[in-house]
Amino acid sequence: MLCCLSVSVFFLVAILGYVLVNGASYINWEFLTALPAPAGESGGGIANALVGSLLIVIVASLMALPIGIGAAIFINEFPSHGTGHTIRFLAEVLTGVPAIVVGLFAYDLVVKPWGGFSAFAGSVSYAFIMVPIILITAHEALRLVPDSLREASLALGIPKWRTILGVVLPVSSRALITGVILAISRALGEAAPMLFTAFGNPFWNLNMAKPMATVPTLIYTYATGPYEDWHRKAWAASFVLLVVVLVTSVLTRAFLRGKSNE
Amino acid sequence: MSEPQATAGSLTHGLPSAEPRPVSARRQVINVGDRVFYIITRSLGIFVIVLAVLLVWNLVDGAWEAIRQFGLGFIVGTTWDPVTRVFSTLPTIIGTLVKGFIGVFLAVPISIGSAIFIAFYTPKWLRPVLSYPIELLAGIPSIIFGMWALFAMVPIVRVFQIWLKANFGWFFLFDGPAVYGVGVLAGSLILAIMITPIITSISKEILLTVPRAQIEGMLALGATKWEAIWQVALPYSRIGLFGAVMLGLGRALGETMAVTMVGGNSFAMIHSLFDPVHSMASQIASEFTEATYSLYVSSLIYVGLILFGITILTSLLAQLLIWRMAKGKLAILE
Repeated sequence: MLCCLSVSVFFLVAILGYVLVNGASYINWEFLTALPAPAGESGGGIANALVGSLLIVIVASLMALPIGIGAAIFINEFPSHGTGHTIRFLAEVLTGVPAIVVGLFAYDLVVKPWGGFSAFAGSVSYAFIMVPIILITAHEALRLVPDSLREASLALGIPKWRTILGVVLPVSSRALITGVILAISRALGEAAPMLFTAFGNPFWNLNMAKPMATVPTLIYTYATGPYEDWHRKAWAASFVLLVVVLVTSVLTRAFLRGKSNE
Repeated sequence: MSEPQATAGSLTHGLPSAEPRPVSARRQVINVGDRVFYIITRSLGIFVIVLAVLLVWNLVDGAWEAIRQFGLGFIVGTTWDPVTRVFSTLPTIIGTLVKGFIGVFLAVPISIGSAIFIAFYTPKWLRPVLSYPIELLAGIPSIIFGMWALFAMVPIVRVFQIWLKANFGWFFLFDGPAVYGVGVLAGSLILAIMITPIITSISKEILLTVPRAQIEGMLALGATKWEAIWQVALPYSRIGLFGAVMLGLGRALGETMAVTMVGGNSFAMIHSLFDPVHSMASQIASEFTEATYSLYVSSLIYVGLILFGITILTSLLAQLLIWRMAKGKLAILE
């Protein structure tokens, strides 16, 4: 059992170490705040991609969170004849939907009618990836909350909706938040659906209706490109992406620990 | 969880009221809140169904031109030629399935083993410390796995493949172009590494919610710790564990960037573990923006539709298994 765990830890250390060694040395203020340099020129940065990724994932979360958690509450707290099972089943199917297929979906749903690539299409595809993950983890969390807690609350005359919001959700909050982090971190690094939606953009853009650069697509372009300098930039961008993910999860854990101490 | 739960209204209904006067006014207020909450969550739930329908509709709509042109022959044919405008995709389908299943096969024992270790063989204070690396690994974006695989793993895989071919080349699985490094083996390995943390962290969360009383009861009956885990904890949580594995398989089949970078992107039938072959996802990713006419685009969306279909079948199979396994033991599960 310990061996199993050490396999995972080994790969974590290997990957983090590799990215750190290859990426950290290239990071400087210019890299974080400047626009990408033209192909072949050294210097330049990834500022537009950083902002782009952040904007797209925030809009996606605003769409995915209420749907995922709300649907999970509906499935678990209002058992219905078939509807709940159908939703849960569909969510399982949707987790299996490959990111690239989600990209095709967003392409057909948003890009085609709008007549061009847009960051909003990227948000739609990220949200589509996040919803089933949030829904399933939330459902698993809610179904493991003992019924006696619900009954105790209901017996005090507290209405059902307040029981759910005030008792069931807080009890399961740890697992809920784990699920949400998983969904966001999975979406944030996903380059595949961005290829035909947000597409990428070498310039500044804060308009969600226009193509926008994201960090993962930038890494893909640079890593598979022919220039040695691009490879170094890809490693540096990977390092930045990793740090963002790491800080997010550390902050979340700190928040969780503070809450459980109260 | 399948039995209907009493609502606030029905719970108070049968009880003799402590107050002499009817409480209808007050109950009405409670019911309005519940009603609104019910309607909101229900419509969010229904929206998930709408999303799924919309997904299928859009894919079929996009692929319609290729479906009309090639029909089901698209699935069994072995020609992909944009120049003569003939498309069919059997080699890619097989390549996807082989990589995905090898990846899951490698990842599941490691993941479940790690989850059991963290949940049952680790003192409580140490658990967060041990889960932390797993959660970090889960948080690493797929594109970074791809880069790491391309620059760090592939050279090692290449040496390993050359050695395998030199010593065991008579075995058909090892009789392929070993010197590339990229190919089925590299693709499967990176998939296994990528899905391990997801399966592990969800399995662990699920195993941790097994009531301690059940395990302690088993231990008090004289069972060893392993017997308690094997006969109580795992059966109790297996629906959730299957959910976790499904999540892993879904990600493995659909994983695009890492497989595009190390799977070797050539349209060819798979003969050995070393062959560089397309996955369906990598084919779409690498060709979609180069597709210059609508039949080409439509064919790529058709590939996406088939990929989607395969994932539905996988989920269906898992659901059936879960249902069969849970049937006789529902008492433990509930």
